[in-house]
Amino acid sequence: MSGPRTRGAVRAGQYLALLAYLAFLALPFLWLISTAFKPAPELGSLHPTWIPEDPTVANFRQAFAEQPLLRAAANSLAAALAAAVTAVVVATPMAYVTARRRGRLSAATTGWVVVSQAFPFVLVIIPLFLVLKNLQLINTLTGLVLVYVVWSLPFALWMLTGYVRALPAELEEAAAVDGAGRLRTLLSVTAPLLAPGIVATALFAFITAWNEFFFALVLLKTPEKQTLPVVLTHFLGAEGVADLGPLAAAAFLATLPSLVVFALIQRRITGGMLSGAVKS
Amino acid sequence: MRARPAVVLAVVLALLVAGCAGGGGGGGEGGTVLRFQSLAWQKESVDANKELVAEWNAAHPGIRVEYVQGSWDSVHDQLLTSFEGGEAPDIIHDASDDLADFAYGGYLADLRPLLSGRLRADIPEASWRTTTFGEGVYGVPFLQEPRVIIANRKILESSGVRVPTPARPWTWPEFRQVAKELTATMGEGRYGVAWPLREPVSVSLNLGLSAGGRLFHRGGDGRVEVRFGDGDATVPATVNAQVNTDRSAPRTTLGMGGSDTLPGFFGGMYAMVPLGFSYRQQIVRQAPEGFEWVVLPAPAGDGGLAQGVSPQTLSIAEDSPHKEEAARFIDFLLQPDNMVRLARGDWMLPTGTEALKDPSLRTTEHGWATGAALAASLRPAPAQSVRGYPEWKDKVATPAYQEYYSGAIDAAELEKRLVEDGNLVLARYQR
Repeated sequence: MSGPRTRGAVRAGQYLALLAYLAFLALPFLWLISTAFKPAPELGSLHPTWIPEDPTVANFRQAFAEQPLLRAAANSLAAALAAAVTAVVVATPMAYVTARRRGRLSAATTGWVVVSQAFPFVLVIIPLFLVLKNLQLINTLTGLVLVYVVWSLPFALWMLTGYVRALPAELEEAAAVDGAGRLRTLLSVTAPLLAPGIVATALFAFITAWNEFFFALVLLKTPEKQTLPVVLTHFLGAEGVADLGPLAAAAFLATLPSLVVFALIQRRITGGMLSGAVKS
Repeated sequence: MRARPAVVLAVVLALLVAGCAGGGGGGGEGGTVLRFQSLAWQKESVDANKELVAEWNAAHPGIRVEYVQGSWDSVHDQLLTSFEGGEAPDIIHDASDDLADFAYGGYLADLRPLLSGRLRADIPEASWRTTTFGEGVYGVPFLQEPRVIIANRKILESSGVRVPTPARPWTWPEFRQVAKELTATMGEGRYGVAWPLREPVSVSLNLGLSAGGRLFHRGGDGRVEVRFGDGDATVPATVNAQVNTDRSAPRTTLGMGGSDTLPGFFGGMYAMVPLGFSYRQQIVRQAPEGFEWVVLPAPAGDGGLAQGVSPQTLSIAEDSPHKEEAARFIDFLLQPDNMVRLARGDWMLPTGTEALKDPSLRTTEHGWATGAALAASLRPAPAQSVRGYPEWKDKVATPAYQEYYSGAIDAAELEKRLVEDGNLVLARYQR
């Protein structure tokens, strides 16, 4: 007999479990913030506290003084924006065709997407490096953007295909009945409905590129072009020794854009992943 | 009008790509440009490197050096990719234990015809052996750090134990006894020593030299075999006894890195911590006010104070078109005065005998004198020229040492795994 009281208790338990899980996920980030504001002696304290006893912004000052964080952030921003926009521009028409024209090509495309996701980047980095070298794109943000686009394209395509499939084809048929041509239908009917999906996909590609480390490390040679994740490693020494305070301060600042962007789009990303997952 | 979003998108894209492509090229205003990738990361060290590069550039307008900051965290993969792609820096900062693959792979220049007689003579033969692979010398070893014992001065002095010096170090049995005595005086939940052994293999092998350990034995045919003698057993047996029999060392720190043990050290939980010499910088920065500490030599055995090290190195890429200029820059960077600046920046010891005489490295402040006194005892890390060592270390030795130190297996099982399983691994690399 599950009365309203039992159901209420179950619901309360569920929320409590969810809250505990959220706290578990948030702990590393909260610890990062706490560390960023602690002075050096507190970082070596035997009894660390969540809230700094003697909060300071000295770590931020030191991080900015020792490393070109703003320049690196500008490089990351340029690379991530370019990668996100390009990925969406390329993936959107592909996704439309994959979703609407079901056939061998569509199946092959989906297969390619799955297979391409299986390659670890250490396997492709040397061939990729040689290709980019022949194109004279080593040590350029353009080369890095190209890699990011290729890297995020499969998942962007998969996401967008889900969004397109979720749009009823009947809407396009109705527009055709009303006399709209293919292009007009796409621009006036499909594109506005697809906009949330496109934004979500673009932001996903942005976050991926913003956080990426290894390609940037290998492809960019001159300090003026290095991106934020690469510059963050300059706070790390051999054998895992780190300049913890400035590293935490810089890492906290580097996390903020991803966090804000993800907070804005997380619902849409989930929606995008789910749409097309089940037949309507 | 309907096409406006697409047009805007195209314009944004074009602008971004144009922006990304801008500012390329660089250099090329005449003269030679050398790229020097440094792994210096602590502020004093980065400053010292940058100042030296600036001084070189001011004195040599025809050979400009570009300072590029690399990272210890990923240097091997980054260099490998750069070598394969023919885009490696001209001058490469690394560590001797990372050079074997690059040297045997033909990526690094043999420095023998390039180095000055002064530099060859200034650095001891034992240090040159760390960068000699086959017939060639593939790096200049310039900074090194012994493992020392950093101790809480108050606990040590109040306990009444004999304080060791490089001239009269503790023996391994004496060290075990001291740790036991300190533990007894410190009270419940506190320990005489804490062993941070996240990387147990290098610590065990390098300190093992002091007890006459070798572990790797090279035959006349050049093949390497693992053998486990009494000397190899001394250090592991001491640690094992401290953790599992005497309870003078905590089990919890066995999985920690050196930095992780510092809060406990500052808080008086541990009286001594065996650490690399450069950890002093962290201690100076993080120690609470009034905390007094002292640097002691690691215990000695049949091998005296000997211990293995993998010095930091400077190499030249084989593909560099300016090897002679690069060698001249290295020679400048490693002039005795400059080597002292680099050593102080990294809180390490210089390999150069002239630099080591500098009074600033002989002061008792922060234990510099103790470290300097150990320099003559430093030897190449036993394993660094052994082919197949990384696999032996990861698959066989690391789990075996970890299990032995935590008490999960006994000494016989440790020996069996290191020798029997280990030789199977090494054999694959020596066919």
